[in-house]
Amino acid sequence: MSDPARNAKALTVTEQAADWLERREASGWTDDDARLLQAWLDESESHCAAFWRLEEAWNQSSRLAALREMRQARITPASRRRFWPVLGRMVAAIAILAVAGVASKIYFSPPQGDLYTTPVGGREILTLADGSQIELNTDTSLRVNFVSGRRAVTLLRGEAYFQIRHDGARPFTVTAGNHRIVDLGTKFVVRRETEKLEVALMEGRASVEDMSTASPEHPAVLVPGDVAVVTAAGVTMTKKSDQQLKDSAAWRKGMLVFDGARLSEAAAEFNRYNATQLVVVDDVAARKTLGGTFPTNDLEDFTHLAQSVLGLHVRRENGRIAISR
Amino acid sequence: MAASNVRDWFVREVLPLEEILTRFLHRNWRNRSDVEDLRQDVYAQVLRAAKERIPDKTKPFVMATARNLIIDRIRKEQIVPIDAADIDAIEVAADTPGPDRVVTARDTLRRLQGALDHLPPRCREVVVLRRIDGLSRHEIAARLGIAEKTVADHITRGMCAIATELFGDASGEGRNT
Repeated sequence: MSDPARNAKALTVTEQAADWLERREASGWTDDDARLLQAWLDESESHCAAFWRLEEAWNQSSRLAALREMRQARITPASRRRFWPVLGRMVAAIAILAVAGVASKIYFSPPQGDLYTTPVGGREILTLADGSQIELNTDTSLRVNFVSGRRAVTLLRGEAYFQIRHDGARPFTVTAGNHRIVDLGTKFVVRRETEKLEVALMEGRASVEDMSTASPEHPAVLVPGDVAVVTAAGVTMTKKSDQQLKDSAAWRKGMLVFDGARLSEAAAEFNRYNATQLVVVDDVAARKTLGGTFPTNDLEDFTHLAQSVLGLHVRRENGRIAISR
Repeated sequence: MAASNVRDWFVREVLPLEEILTRFLHRNWRNRSDVEDLRQDVYAQVLRAAKERIPDKTKPFVMATARNLIIDRIRKEQIVPIDAADIDAIEVAADTPGPDRVVTARDTLRRLQGALDHLPPRCREVVVLRRIDGLSRHEIAARLGIAEKTVADHITRGMCAIATELFGDASGEGRNT
């Protein structure tokens, strides 16, 4: 791990700021690192200026990811993506952009706020104007709308961790489908899937409201450790221990933690992060249980475990890995 | 003044002035390689003031800070800038152009693409893999067969270049080549 302070003499302030920012965006960023960064920022206004400037530019450059979406939606099926050389893809992206004025309007139209998107396997930390932070997990899309006294985020798909600065005058809301989470100064994770919405609260308080009914029922109020699972059938509340909550948010460090998970569940988790999909072929294999900590983007450890510890067969075929009895 | 307010103000009102500010510094300072340094000093001074109180009118405040900084430097270093033998000749011409430039989303994307285009090929490849394809440092290193440290260096270089192109001069006047 390189230490920016060590080279301080040789580097300009801007280069030091870039060094911090790059490290924060990479995996392996710890709370201690965050404290060191804060201390560095507190040292001088010059440090703040350089860091905020690069951070803002880098945040904005997430718009480049939209090129990828347009490109994929319009010309290349995802499975062929890896055969495209990078430069070829850039040229294609620019060519598409030239004819896709309409598409870019959809992506960037200002009244609906700013759209932030991570690709499969991507992860992103956003710092909002009020100092709140949002961490986007893999394949996630959300819209941030800070206007006229409200702070509204819409989670379109995927999963995000929210660390919110409380402001009584401007409540912070996260909308996902028909449900709205109103925060009261909190840390929480929201995960949106096709049929299910999950809200896990780490700190503070928040409520989950159903907006589809004209007169909303009593909103479900969450206290730390609560997990609200919203399905078509209604809202179910469960409790998780500190450790379980930490484990389920291990993606923030680029990891997946399993404790007695079924192989089928574990495979489904990995598949959120990787283009190469794990396919569990039969029930016997699917029902095996396992535990351990794995990098989200490296299937080697996991397939090795399936093979040598669980005694299953692992077969690599085009773009997927089949696991069977 | 809460730090988040200052950051908010800096990002929203000061950074969009970077193009004008950079042009002003180029015009009034002989040594081009000092300009980035000067700009950084202007930002630091502006932030120091904003921590006490956020100025009502950002643009005149930033430009006056830049002007004073240059005058200060000239006095200290006893040198004469190229176009300003007389200190009084340093004029802040920034108020003359009409309405403030509004950076649209399309504009932003165009600038971002410009920044990518101007990066050295290897650096561009790394930034594209990171920002468009969302690969991690580790994955990029493995794919390109280079050290993770090298990936990190390309990224930091890309970050600096993107910021300069996005906020600074799209014309490339201040670009280091």
